[in-house]
Amino acid sequence: MSKSYQQFMLAAIALLGCSVAYAAGGAVADEFKWMTFTVFGVIIAITMAITVWASKTTHSTSEFYAAGRSVSGIQNGWAIAGDYLSAASFLGIAGLISLYGYDGFMYSVGWLVAYITVLLVIAEPCRNIGKYTMGDILAFRNDPKKTKVVAALSTITVSTFYLTAQMVGGGVLIKTLIGIDYEISIIGVGILMLAYVVFGGMKATTWVQITKAVLLVMASILLVILVWSPYGFSFPAYLQAVVGDSKVQAQVAKLLGSAAATMTPEELGQRFLEPGLFLKNPIDQISLGMALVLGTAGMPHILMRFFTVPTAQAARTSVIWAMGIIGGFYVLTLFLGTGAAMLVGSAKIVSIDAGGNMAGPLLAQYLGGGENSMLGNFMLAFVAAVAFATIVAVVAGLVLAAASAMAHDIYVGVIRGDHATPQEQVIAARVSSVIVGVIAITVGILAKGQNVAHLVALAFAVAASSNLPAVFLTLYWKKCNTTGIILGMVVGSLTAIGLVMISPNMTYPQAVAKAANKVLNGEPAAPAKDAVPAQERSSFMCELFALDGCKLAAPAKPAEAAKDAKLGTLEKLVTLQAKLADTADAAEKKKVQDEIAKVQKAQDKAQADLKKVEGQTTSIMGLEKPFFLLKNPGLISIPLGFLLVIFGSLFTRDKRAEEMWDELYVRQNTGINAEAASAH
Amino acid sequence: MSNPNINWAAIDADPKFQALHRKKTIFLWGLMIFSTVYYFLLPIGAAYFQDLYKIKVWGVVNVGILFALSEFVVAWVIAFVYSKKANAEFDAMAQDIINDIQKNGAR
Repeated sequence: MSKSYQQFMLAAIALLGCSVAYAAGGAVADEFKWMTFTVFGVIIAITMAITVWASKTTHSTSEFYAAGRSVSGIQNGWAIAGDYLSAASFLGIAGLISLYGYDGFMYSVGWLVAYITVLLVIAEPCRNIGKYTMGDILAFRNDPKKTKVVAALSTITVSTFYLTAQMVGGGVLIKTLIGIDYEISIIGVGILMLAYVVFGGMKATTWVQITKAVLLVMASILLVILVWSPYGFSFPAYLQAVVGDSKVQAQVAKLLGSAAATMTPEELGQRFLEPGLFLKNPIDQISLGMALVLGTAGMPHILMRFFTVPTAQAARTSVIWAMGIIGGFYVLTLFLGTGAAMLVGSAKIVSIDAGGNMAGPLLAQYLGGGENSMLGNFMLAFVAAVAFATIVAVVAGLVLAAASAMAHDIYVGVIRGDHATPQEQVIAARVSSVIVGVIAITVGILAKGQNVAHLVALAFAVAASSNLPAVFLTLYWKKCNTTGIILGMVVGSLTAIGLVMISPNMTYPQAVAKAANKVLNGEPAAPAKDAVPAQERSSFMCELFALDGCKLAAPAKPAEAAKDAKLGTLEKLVTLQAKLADTADAAEKKKVQDEIAKVQKAQDKAQADLKKVEGQTTSIMGLEKPFFLLKNPGLISIPLGFLLVIFGSLFTRDKRAEEMWDELYVRQNTGINAEAASAH
Repeated sequence: MSNPNINWAAIDADPKFQALHRKKTIFLWGLMIFSTVYYFLLPIGAAYFQDLYKIKVWGVVNVGILFALSEFVVAWVIAFVYSKKANAEFDAMAQDIINDIQKNGAR
């Protein structure tokens, strides 16, 4: 067997190696790419060694799905952190802080608070009651076959949404960082992840996540020390430098637009530390907060982590450690984000990635000595490699969760009626992992260039509206039964999906075309506007849906001066070309050429956008503009999910669910008869 | 799944188990409600009490930043308080119930 691992490892390294040839462009300069690939190679070699080691003790189902329940609480805490700190949270939040200051930091809080729900109501009971999947928990007192089918479908749905977002985001990220082709990085991530999961099961996945979390935390601590030490580790002195920086002030002025005209530079800088630059709609934030706080506890790959520890006490320890690591990481992110805003500057961050994802990597490069230094590029290479490891680790966890639902719930539980031999179960688990992995790679490639922003919101919303109400009420409410679970899960998830489909997350061709045309053709001069008084909204429903005759609440607007016409890129290019021809000075020439490259890039993007929406006037749901106005459906779909579980349970009777309540309740509180750790 | 040797209803009715159940319910709900309210105060405050958030208290550090940082501290304190209580009290009560069952054998 170990021979095939070596081949796998060689193939993976060769695959990444040969892509060096294609790798042009990206944040890492070409002459330093070998460093990135060396760090990549080292990380891949370490994780492959882990996989070979883990595969020696991965024979039974308990070993494959739950690492033989032999992971310690502290180890599991690191693994949860590794699972949770996806590229979106580790690069994305630093990026948001670097561009929008306070709002980015506020956004990170919900991701930690989510673990209080996990700690207080989910982790220990699930460890005491469950075996491998969420379906096991629900099937304990409800009809096993029916609930396992619904639980498995929901698990696969949530995992696939999250997985696709990770795959597409990861492919784009690797391309932006080092210029490897999108398809090649997707296939590389897919093959590596499959090697971990298929051969090493949960044990390899766990240790890959631990390795990645440790690397990520170490890298962040190092960067924060470098950013903060010049200010003697004084918090006010550091933030004073941030708000006093001209690049930060310029970014705030850009965000505020005409309102910035009357503000002093000090006020502009201070504004960076005040709310309201990014998150504009409080109702949407509350909706997102609900989805995070309740959705994290319903994420199948997080739930599954609690089956890997030997006892409920160890499950408790693991959440405490995870909260320490995740929270500590977000506090570090405050320094990474503000540091990038001050040292690198938002203009440069946005020039490489509009979403700000490159703030962390660029900060690393700056702190190491800048673009042309050896150390700077080594640090960038290191952060890029950690980002790559992050994507692989998170995807591996998700694939394992989806595969366990497919093999353990559907195949073993429903099709074979729980009568599969141990050997058959392990084969089913491995085959399912390959199926899910191949699907992930295919979907990742097909979704190239697609808008996947809504998929993360969707994954959390479905988990919060379907999985959490079902698990929570099964564990804590005596009257809960099969009908309620099925009704709540089906309606909860369909509502969440339906609302997102008609929300502002989707692509609306008319808006895209309008924005692209604005870039290409510019804007006409606008006459001066009179002041507008504040407007009251007509009703609360108007905040949620685009109903007829709705007026949205709007603050009073001061009078605006007339605006000059803005040139489009088409005209700009013509003038710049003419300017280039007139200029003789070499330095001046270089400046104009850079400007041309920038305008050309904006123009290419606008033209590509136009082409994408050519001939379309409505979104895939046939809407010209969003009907549901929130980006996150949680506010509606979560209460609905809970209500329907309650209604379904109250209106029907289920003898088994009632009879099993005493056993379930005693066992979840005492741990009697809980699945024991295996001998390894 | 069910173990026929254990009378679950009898354990459920046991005053010791009822005491554990009551203590846990009150404690967990208390923490849960407190943490949820404290968390949602942050975005609500940021939307409707911006002037409060802007007050500078420590150099350029304002109320908003301290409040956001306090969310982390509060989350950690809740985790600490819960684990302390669970390790010291709930685990011992559960173990006591398990010992009774083992002593009395199958009931």
